[in-house]
Amino acid sequence: MAEEKTIKLEIFRYNPETDDEPYFDTFDVPFKEDWVVLDAINWIKDHVDGTISHRWSCRMGVCGSCGMMVNGDPKLTCAAFLKDYMPGPIRVEPLANFPVERDLIIDFDPFMEKLTKVKPYIIRKNDDVNDPTGGEYLQSPADLALFKQYSMCINCMLCYAACPVLGHEPSFMGPAAIALGHRYNLDSRDEGTYERLDIMTEHDAVWGCTFVGECSVVCPKHVDPAGAIQGAKLSAALHSMKLDIVNEMFVFPKGAGK
Amino acid sequence: MSDFIQHDVVIIGGGGAGLRAAISLAESGLSIALVSKVYPMRSHTVAAEGGAAAVIKPNDSLEDHIYDTISGADWLADQDAVEYFVNEAPKEMTRLEHWGCPWSREPQGKVAVRPFGGMKIERTWFAADKTGFHMLHSLFQNTLRYPQLKRYDEHFATKLLVDNGRCCGCVAVELKTGKVKTIAGKAVIMATGGAGKIFPFTTNGAIKTGDGMSLAYRAGVPLKDMEFVQYHPTGLPGTGILITEASRGEGGILVNNEGYRYLQDYDLGKPQPVDSPAHPVKRTMELGPRDRLSQAFYWEREKGRTIKLPAWNNIDVVMLDLRHLGEAKIDKKIPFVRELSKNYVGIDPVTDMIPVRPVIHYMMGGIDTDINAATTLPGLYAAGECACVSINGANRLGSNSLTELLVFGGKAGDNAAEFAKSAKDLNVAALTQQGNEEEARVKALMNDDGTESIADIRTAMQSSMEDGAGIYRTESSMKATAEVIAEQKERYKKVQVKDHSGAYNTQLQYAFELGCMLDVAEALVHSANARTESRGAHQRLEYKERDDDKFLAHSMAHFNADGGAPKIDYKDVVITKWPPGARTYGKDSGLKRK
Repeated sequence: MAEEKTIKLEIFRYNPETDDEPYFDTFDVPFKEDWVVLDAINWIKDHVDGTISHRWSCRMGVCGSCGMMVNGDPKLTCAAFLKDYMPGPIRVEPLANFPVERDLIIDFDPFMEKLTKVKPYIIRKNDDVNDPTGGEYLQSPADLALFKQYSMCINCMLCYAACPVLGHEPSFMGPAAIALGHRYNLDSRDEGTYERLDIMTEHDAVWGCTFVGECSVVCPKHVDPAGAIQGAKLSAALHSMKLDIVNEMFVFPKGAGK
Repeated sequence: MSDFIQHDVVIIGGGGAGLRAAISLAESGLSIALVSKVYPMRSHTVAAEGGAAAVIKPNDSLEDHIYDTISGADWLADQDAVEYFVNEAPKEMTRLEHWGCPWSREPQGKVAVRPFGGMKIERTWFAADKTGFHMLHSLFQNTLRYPQLKRYDEHFATKLLVDNGRCCGCVAVELKTGKVKTIAGKAVIMATGGAGKIFPFTTNGAIKTGDGMSLAYRAGVPLKDMEFVQYHPTGLPGTGILITEASRGEGGILVNNEGYRYLQDYDLGKPQPVDSPAHPVKRTMELGPRDRLSQAFYWEREKGRTIKLPAWNNIDVVMLDLRHLGEAKIDKKIPFVRELSKNYVGIDPVTDMIPVRPVIHYMMGGIDTDINAATTLPGLYAAGECACVSINGANRLGSNSLTELLVFGGKAGDNAAEFAKSAKDLNVAALTQQGNEEEARVKALMNDDGTESIADIRTAMQSSMEDGAGIYRTESSMKATAEVIAEQKERYKKVQVKDHSGAYNTQLQYAFELGCMLDVAEALVHSANARTESRGAHQRLEYKERDDDKFLAHSMAHFNADGGAPKIDYKDVVITKWPPGARTYGKDSGLKRK
């Protein structure tokens, strides 16, 4: 019988209760054609070292849990195939630009605060969002198309790991949160644009972006957060200059109604 | 000493049902704890693809949705609950639209609908083929407007607090620190989802380990209709990733190794040519219900008419052919199907057929609730896949589960709020003591003398569930599985948890989850063996017929605190206007009413 093919994984380890410094553990993992990096980590956890900690769930690229650095690049490990890294080794680390909690797990709470801040929900002047009696708000396919792409974000944080601004300015609102704020601003059902623009023009928000564009390069869902940030900058600039009339005429779909 | 925290209502589970309940409760002005073992947007609602059913179009009727649901359920659904569900569905879906869900639209701006299996007419609302993802994120983002909602993200609930016959909260481990918290409330809503991970091959994510079902079961609430497990007919080989039913709703067909549309041999009607304007015909062929399509696969394999894939250990598959839909339609209506097929089986459905096979998808059974989402334990409510109302009976129709999250999540929120407002004050001393006892149990699990591996027990459980409680079941297969599960429960008493850390001790979490899965697996296999008939998703080779005289009834599995097999008894199905009839597809699919 031919010897089973294997691949080497170097896994970042850090337990805040026992380790002063992080280190790497190396494991030989069976190579399988259809295995992804996440499968290899799960194999190690089940069969070699049960104390490795990582997040994962859907393993179909939609829950957003399993983002890690794979050979230095931010990846969803459920979509990073071992065969693309042969003959190895593969170095797996927690996402860059976040504090590490343990092993491959980063602190996600700062993002939750940023997300909450941009008010990512429909705001209506008459506050009728809980009242279904009038039937659906109409929205044309063209109006839907204006924001649909920006609604595809799975909050996987690959864009935060790729963003050079976040590397030295952790308070920067960041690509995903800005893209979601912009997504609601572009939604024809929403009337909260100016509330949101007040927040998005604060220090550490849209103006922090230096337009490197790496966020859009690494996005596994093709959200194009860099594009959203540029759109948000335009509307924010007009808002700051008290030129909301231009926003209403050209930027947002419901015009003056928003 | 565990931390003691008190709120008015405690919700366990941050998926679709839990978030919908949270919105109801937030509107009532109460203080709410939302306890979830993952950040809410990671919940498995995220993976639902095809859509959510609600009657909204003038050519549709509430009566048809009711009839489709009841006949789809093989008459095991409670008809009062189905009526309530169907009547509420349009309002709930409209609310979700108001909360920002990007539903696909018609040219004039109204919400668009698509056909789905087992439905007489197109009534499935959809957001391309990421409906669950958009619903979950819309719900979650909408909860961010309510500061009175306190989230306990990444807190794993290990026990329900029960005092004086009433549910008063839970004990949970904060994963970030390992701290044990007693989170008390005057009412509790369980919304933890399904338990597909008790099987080896499932569309379900890693987190679907039946935690809430187990917690309620151990607190004395029966698990209802656990034998009914849905196989989705079209999962990818290897990973079990779901290829949505919407792919067939949009016109995709299933063929065997001869290129033959084999479903025509299984009493599901005659095929129309794919270029016919009549294709696809509702309640017919590829738009038959999921149980019947998965069973047809079994017989095709028996006849040697499936295809063996060498790349996946010669696993048997059939082929889902979408090529005739064309690239433009695939990209517009089911883009995720293309993305998943390309990424995980290296196939572009525009040019090639997708290999698929049945895969464990959904638990029809769950925590016994009534039409008010209330359980038999005062103060405890349940909604979503962890609950069994029952509107799904012996087989759930595709696109009813997402709607169910909203309708019964909202109902659970409203009723828990009412209960909490009139409930007596909690006995803080008694609950604190329970919290401390649970903390000691949690610490004791992190032992040095455990010898049994979590992964080994889990693998033994999963493979025996597939062997004994799969698409077709026999008495001998189920008895063998029951024995294996009992053995694994014994081994579990000596489970090894080498990791003694507080911070993100996922080994400890896996150990808890395994304990929950073993409870669910046990309830399932014993409920299945006790039902000596075939109905919906529960098919037995030696009892091939439905037996309404004996089994037009919900099975109820009661936890046996002495460690033995659960006690199984039965509760009548609520029949109002639709007497049990023959379940026909492909012809004469019409309405029969008293």
